[in-house]
Amino acid sequence: MQHLYRPAAFVSGKRGSSSTKMATLAVRRVPLGGFSFENCKRNSVLESEANKVGFSVPTARKTGTTICGVVFKDGVVLGADTRATEGMVVADKNCSKIHYISPNIYCCGAGTAADTEMTTQIISSNLELHSLSTGRLPRVATANRMLKQMLFRYQGYIGAALVLGGVDCNGPHLYSIYPHGSTDKLPYVTMGSGSLAAMAVFEDRYKPDMEEEEAKRLVRDAIAAGIFNDLGSGSNIDLCVITKGNVDYIRPHDEANKKGVRRGELEGVRLTGDYKYKRGTTAVLSKAVNPLDLELLEESVQTMDTS
Amino acid sequence: MLGEAEPQWVSEEVKTGTTIIAIEFDGGVVLGSDSRVSAGASVVNRVMNKLSPLHDKIYCALSGSAADAQTIAEMVNYQLDVHSIEIDEDPQVRSAATLVKNISYKYKEELSAHLIVAGWDRREGGQVFATLSGLLTRQPFAIGGSGSSYVYGFVDAEYRRGMTKEECQKFVVNTLALAMNRDGSSGGVAYMVTIDEHSTEEKVVLGNDLPTFFDQ
Repeated sequence: MQHLYRPAAFVSGKRGSSSTKMATLAVRRVPLGGFSFENCKRNSVLESEANKVGFSVPTARKTGTTICGVVFKDGVVLGADTRATEGMVVADKNCSKIHYISPNIYCCGAGTAADTEMTTQIISSNLELHSLSTGRLPRVATANRMLKQMLFRYQGYIGAALVLGGVDCNGPHLYSIYPHGSTDKLPYVTMGSGSLAAMAVFEDRYKPDMEEEEAKRLVRDAIAAGIFNDLGSGSNIDLCVITKGNVDYIRPHDEANKKGVRRGELEGVRLTGDYKYKRGTTAVLSKAVNPLDLELLEESVQTMDTS
Repeated sequence: MLGEAEPQWVSEEVKTGTTIIAIEFDGGVVLGSDSRVSAGASVVNRVMNKLSPLHDKIYCALSGSAADAQTIAEMVNYQLDVHSIEIDEDPQVRSAATLVKNISYKYKEELSAHLIVAGWDRREGGQVFATLSGLLTRQPFAIGGSGSSYVYGFVDAEYRRGMTKEECQKFVVNTLALAMNRDGSSGGVAYMVTIDEHSTEEKVVLGNDLPTFFDQ
């Protein structure tokens, strides 16, 4: 039998944006906002047809990200979900979307995972050198400038949408940075495909000068809204609380989607995600053993140079 | 199977679909803008101040692509700082407008932003410059952005020469309110900056304080 070797595929796990768009063959009037009920009738017909033949209708798939940040009395709270997707498949069930920039500045990233990862690492490195040069703790505005100037230079081809937050000598700051290089300085921001769901929670319950516990609850609820209401995000909720002189990286803060626990039928013993099956679970129909007659042709010893 | 995997606004460029206006009076200028920033059909910032300082007494109003406009304003801010140190006095409004025009003209094909530059200097007093597509023209007043199309008639009919500062401020607020009502890409609150010899005054007019017209 031929073995077809595939070299390790270099996939960049994507979070947030996928560049595929559906081509329309017939142009109808411009689609309105909100849920489109147009295909419900077609879906029910297809479902009945499929069931007749014995197939089941495919279920909804999730992709995307929800990230957000809020400024409270003593600092900022950043939040993110933890699912990374590669097209239609979850590539990482528990990835970390809150990246380190400097001891007092952290950055959440949505969009292409590789872009957010590398961009934040490059700016983190440059900021450390800058901070050594100035002899001071870096400012959030500096990180913002560096990020926006780099993203603008690449004219949006680096697909990184970031929520940058931190505390410096001028107090707590929060910025949202878009892939084309525009930034907004606001008291609360959300990004990613679940940003609308999260923003709805913020617009309802945000108050200036909140306490830390209240702010953490607000961010947790906003990310949860993104996870549950957006066909976009999933898994756990990570939080990062930054105050003057202290950072709490809480990972995970909330396991909103715990993986189910299976019970083994035969023993009644709890199997936590164990995929080992007892011998005899699958019936063996027939067995054939072909011994391979191999002849030893040559034996040589090559000593390793360990000097 | 390919499908539309994400809402369109996630990958859309962020635009300041906007209404901006600047008007000159004897002794200064008044600038005004709305506060809506959109990405596709979603509003990403409902309180953005599009009146960006280039110098103490020179401001510019941003419209078009948010990234392009912010970048031009920040670059010119830096260039003006250097220029004013070199000449050891406050820069002229014409200089600021020329710097903006130079960038807008040179990168005409790549950028899609329009900045209106307005301010006060000692030599010529209050001045308003439009820099659309890389031209440089001084005007008594200028409007720009997607919402401006709806108010050309209003400004042409209502503008009079020799208005006072208060009349100009009223004119700006009325224009912004009308445009924000009709243009989907403009909205939020109205920001206003009044620059004259003595001071630079920034003001925010919240949504419910905006003037109302017949249909409200």
